[in-house]
Parts: sequence; C-alpha cells; structure tokens
Amino acid sequence: MKKLINNPTYVVEEMIEGYVKAHPNHVRQLEENARSLVTAKETREGKVGVLIGGGSGHEPAFMGYVGDGMADGVAVGNIFASPPPDPILEATKVIDKGEGVVYIYGNYAGDLMNFGMAAELADLESGIKVGTVIVTDDVASAPKEEMEKRRGIAGEFFITKAAGAASAKGFNFDDVIRVTQKANDYTRTMGVGLSPCSLPQTGQPSFILEDNEMEIGLGHHGEPGIEKGELQPADQVVDRLVQDILADMPVESGEKVAVLVNGLGSTTRMELYIMFRRVDQILSEKGIVIHRSYVGDYSTSLEMGGASITIMKLDEELAELVDYPADCPMYVQK
Amino acid sequence: MKMTADVFKNFLANVVTMVEEQKDYLCELDRKLGDGDHGVTMSIGWQAVNEKLNGELKDEEDCGKIAILTGRTFLSAVGSSVGPLYATGFMRGAKAFQGKSEVTDEDLKDFWVAFVEGIKERGKAEVGDKTMVDTLQPTLESLQANFAISNDFEVAFTEAVAAGKAGMESTKELLSKRGRSSRLGERSLGTIDPGAMSAYLILETFLTTIKSTQTA
Repeated sequence: MKKLINNPTYVVEEMIEGYVKAHPNHVRQLEENARSLVTAKETREGKVGVLIGGGSGHEPAFMGYVGDGMADGVAVGNIFASPPPDPILEATKVIDKGEGVVYIYGNYAGDLMNFGMAAELADLESGIKVGTVIVTDDVASAPKEEMEKRRGIAGEFFITKAAGAASAKGFNFDDVIRVTQKANDYTRTMGVGLSPCSLPQTGQPSFILEDNEMEIGLGHHGEPGIEKGELQPADQVVDRLVQDILADMPVESGEKVAVLVNGLGSTTRMELYIMFRRVDQILSEKGIVIHRSYVGDYSTSLEMGGASITIMKLDEELAELVDYPADCPMYVQK
Repeated sequence: MKMTADVFKNFLANVVTMVEEQKDYLCELDRKLGDGDHGVTMSIGWQAVNEKLNGELKDEEDCGKIAILTGRTFLSAVGSSVGPLYATGFMRGAKAFQGKSEVTDEDLKDFWVAFVEGIKERGKAEVGDKTMVDTLQPTLESLQANFAISNDFEVAFTEAVAAGKAGMESTKELLSKRGRSSRLGERSLGTIDPGAMSAYLILETFLTTIKSTQTA
C-alpha cells in the first residue's frame, strides 16, 4: 500500500505535530507529554472535564473532537493501540476544574487497562474524581444478551457529543455521567467492510476480501464481522444494517433519531450519500423522524473501504445535547 | 547461582535483539488473529527500553530499579494491551529484586512468580483463552514445583521454559476468548497466539542469558 509518510516509526508524532501547528487556536500539546492534547481555550472553573482517547488511525477521531462543546482533552495512542496511562493522566490533571473528569473510550482490552490505570492514578496522585463511560455501540460484535462485550466504534462520536454538550451546559458530574451513559445506551452502529487497510509499519493488509466480497459487521481495526459474502448494491447493504440496528434497539413511529453514515477511510462521499438516501427512505417509511444527520468521515480505519451506520434514539434531553453547537478542528456544528 | 545487575541488563538487551529478529514473524502471526501489529508493538516498547539501557540504566546496579524502569518505559512507549501487562509483570517482579545488585536463586524464582501473577491479575485471562497466559501459567507452575524440589533456579527454570513452550504451542488448537481476536471463533484455530509466542521468546531469552553467563 502506498502512503505519503516519512519514517513509519514516527507517523503518530509527525501527525500530532502537524495537527497542533495547524490548529493553534483550538488545541495545545502538553509539555508533560507529547501525546496529551487539550483545548487551547482555558475552560471555566467547575466545568466537568471530558476526556477521550484511543489509538491513532481513526482520524478525525479522537483528537479531532477536542474543542468547544466536545472533549476538553485527548490522549493519543499508537496506531490502533490504546494510549498508555501517562498521557491520559497528564491531560486529566489539566482539564480537571475541580468537578472531576469523565473518560469516554471504546470497549477494548487495552483501553480498559490503560484508562483504568490512569483513573486510579488520577485519584491516588491528585485526588481527581474520574467517571467512566465505556462505548459499546457495535451491534455486530456481540449478541444483545452480552451487550457489555460489544466494541465501541463510530457511535463514540454521538456519545462524546452528548457528554461535551452536557458539560458545556454546566451539568454536574453525576448528570454528565448519566447523560453520557444514556447516549451510549441509545446508540447502535453496524458497519460493512469492502477493502482492508494496512498499518504504516508493516504495509500488510489487515484482512483479506476478494474484489467481489464484502463483510458485514466488520470491526474498525479489521476485526472479523458476522458475515462474509458477495458485494450487494448499496440499498441492500443499508437495509441489512438498519434492520439489525432497529431489531436491537426498537424505535417507534414518531420518535426522533440522529443518524451518522460514516466512511471508514477510502469510501467516497458519493457512496455515503447514496447510503444515507436509503437510510432516510427506510426511517421515513417507519415514521421515524431524523432530527439531525451526519454524513462523512467521523471515525475511520486508515484507508479501509466501507462504511458504518449509527442511529442514536433521542429523547428531549439528548436532542438538546445533539443540537448544541460545537467547534473543533475537525468538526464544527453551528 | 547469583545474577548480577549486568546480567539482568544483558537479558533485557538480548530481548531487544530477539524482538527485532522476530518482529515480522510476530506480525505475521497477529495478522491471522488481530490487526497484525504485535511485532511492531513489541519492537516500539523494547526499543524504548533499549534507550534506557544505553542511558539512565547504564550504571544502575539495583536490579529492582532496573525492573521498574523497564516496565514503566515499555508501558509509556506502547500502551495497547501488552503495555499494562508487561509493565505490571516487571513492576511486581521488581519487589523480589529491590535494593539488590546481585540476586539469588530464591529471588529469581520470586521474580518470575510475581511477574506471572501480576500479568494474570491485570489481564484476567485464564489458561485456554489463547493468550500469553497459556505460556506463562505452565511456566509458573513448573517453576514453583521444580524449585521446591531442587532449590536451583537454573534447573527449575529450564523445566519451566519447556512447560511454557508446550503451553505456547497448545494455543494453536485453542479458540481466542479474549481481546480483539475473541470474535474470530473457529477462524482462530490453527495459529499460535502471537502474545503467547512473544512471552515464550522472552522466557527463553532469559534462560539462554543466564546459561551463557554460567558457562562463560
């Protein structure tokens, strides 16, 4: 796989360097740890901190979501690998404004251990209260009875959005945790993979699919899905994904949702809009109201081909949080 | 036997070399089970340890401090899931070495017992889950049993590494139950777990390091 990089060993450092230089009004890098980025604006005392993080290679997730109305800080890991506790801890100390910090991350073994250690250290070393919401939106990754085993994928965008808005609106610690957890409980995602990505350091494909094949339910690091088969037209793929999502989380006629059609890296906007068109048709038929829609690359897997569909069911509170403005380097909502 | 701080540092340097040599192989194993980066991850971590060996640790004589810094350095460089696991192993093991520039058979046994116990506690994997624990647990059991009989670390550890090797090889026939590969189901059969392999290679490197020191 051809890539425009220098030394594969330094891709993450060089990416962060460019990111910080490009967006000085939005983010700043901490001297204490080069992998810790926080919002450039001084956040107000008493604001509950929102900290996100995870492996690199998912841009704009996660560092692209630091800014007003979203996360206050991010810890950046190696490619597809959880950040260690250090950068998490350093960012925690900076964004804590006396009311604690909420960690949001995907349900992966590495993230659970590293963020877990950071949370313990934050409490032990600095007496900072840390709450955690683990994102588990990927319907395909475990059956409903084992929901706690599900992976976190593109839906983390909505969960971060809800948390960031709640914190910006001045919710207290317990309420930020409560709505963030509710956002996770109300969010479902399913993806389809068409072609693999390759890690810069190895250049090898992360999985093998023939030219005419697709895989339903693929994870965003290339983890296998639930079904491999012949590539279907976009409408049929969308039908399948939306059907599985709604079977898992029923939405009644008249209820509101937010929808995200997310590209995994190399899928064109054309394809994503063709998919969104179908999502809109299906939901309209069911009388489900699309309150807000998002189409584009929100959580990618390097240059992987494919897309995911996320539906977040909205009650009044979540709808208000989704509507709240945000201003981040890689995502703006007015 | 006695192991000096220099021998301990030799072991760590030998791991650095071993990981570079096995990097591609470990990635290849991982491509079948995960995202194919296990060799890269180990290399990033051990290269960071190598820098410390040539810097901060160059004149360090306290085996406990060497172990702690090794764990912390590895963790800070990689994160991931192997970061906290090896960091916990080295930091728990460090207790047996604390304040000692030369460690005894008993200390060495205690180091590896605490090392494995720490990893098990952190990762919560069981034997049969197709992880590094499939290598480490049989090593631990064999080491404890054989050391109780001989009180000779090298003799007991030789047996223990053989038990670890059998455990590592057994992962070929196991279904993945933890981590990202846990959803592969049947497709995880037939491949040795890369984490079990690298754990075995580290143990083997420790054995060859102390053996070459003994005969030298």
